[in-house]
Amino acid sequence: MIIAIASGKGGTGKTTVSASLASVWKRPVLAVDMDVEEPNLHLFLKQASVSRDAAYLDVPVLDQALCKLCGACAELCQFKAISLMGGHLLVFPDMCHGCGGCMRICPEGALQKGQRELGVVEMGITADGIPCLAGRLRIGEALSPPLMGKVRQRMHAHASKYSLDILIDAPPGVSCPAMTAVQDADMVLLVTEPTPFGLHDLRLAWLAFRPLGKPMGVVINRAGLGDDRVQTFCQEKGLPLLAEIPYRRDIAEHYAHGGILAHLDAGMKATFEHLVEQLDRIGGAVNHA
Amino acid sequence: MTAAPIHKIAITSEGPSLADPVDARFGRAGGFVMVDLESMATTYVDNGSSQVLAQGAGIQAAENLVKAGAQALLTGHVGPKAWTALQATGVKVVQGVENMTVGEAVTKFKAGLFAFSDAPSR
Repeated sequence: MIIAIASGKGGTGKTTVSASLASVWKRPVLAVDMDVEEPNLHLFLKQASVSRDAAYLDVPVLDQALCKLCGACAELCQFKAISLMGGHLLVFPDMCHGCGGCMRICPEGALQKGQRELGVVEMGITADGIPCLAGRLRIGEALSPPLMGKVRQRMHAHASKYSLDILIDAPPGVSCPAMTAVQDADMVLLVTEPTPFGLHDLRLAWLAFRPLGKPMGVVINRAGLGDDRVQTFCQEKGLPLLAEIPYRRDIAEHYAHGGILAHLDAGMKATFEHLVEQLDRIGGAVNHA
Repeated sequence: MTAAPIHKIAITSEGPSLADPVDARFGRAGGFVMVDLESMATTYVDNGSSQVLAQGAGIQAAENLVKAGAQALLTGHVGPKAWTALQATGVKVVQGVENMTVGEAVTKFKAGLFAFSDAPSR
């Protein structure tokens, strides 16, 4: 079973929930930090590094001697990585999304495979034996989905080899990185807070993820702050409210020290164990359908 | 670069005429007022095809400019990729042109008050 922990708004508690779920999960699980732009799950799981591999994207390199300036590649590219202007073919490898189309379409074989470094894919293991996977985007790299693709390949290979469930800590927002992170999930768990921003971005997330047809559930963090409009929204849309994390100073302090919330006290442990049961019930039903 | 005399220049503009304000942006400029320095005849090249791009607006704008036959560009700022494209195609660039009308920019250019840039803006 694969669960993606996502949100529209950043800072709602995705990583808090992900780390706690991993710590109380009942079956062997792989914890994946898919927020490659600013990975932070390791601050809580504190895994020891097992491997660290650079990841690359195949990008075109022009052999000027072979190019006949037909412009087929420039016309094909949707991202302006290749441009034919004023009798010059210009290649901008930074702009390339790595589809490989230009190299296939070139009748002269003038575009060869080069590489752009995307970042690194890191594997680790926690003191409790939970395997962890994360991507870390190279500083200056503009696109995160290609690196996320490399993390996803590794994720599927590792999880199927060792029969692991998967928890994906997704990046915030509703654009390409967030969609990329949730696409493998059997179920999407949306973390929000009962504030106007929380509600606004929960609505965006619901709108963005709904077409994927995956079951969704909601966790309200900082419950007691703000108002009850998030609950009303969930009722209206038929989104099950699966857990609430209260707005308490001791929780914030525990978090600030890098603590796993499920370890704070018996109440929090019970909250997350109950959440795991709910996810098993909803996500498991999909998995075995 | 060639030392051919410049007779056709482009100015990034918020509108189609010499009375419109210079658009300080290059890639996302509204359009280019093309000026023939001998006859002072102007034409307008719309840059909407660059404005709608999620990425690569500067490169697309450079394509539009080269297609229109500009030999020099007056604008606010040119980014590194557009700079590479304009350099490769031999278009000379004046940066820092803003807060004036297109007509004022042309007058200052003809009076020799502008210097060509040798590097892109960040």
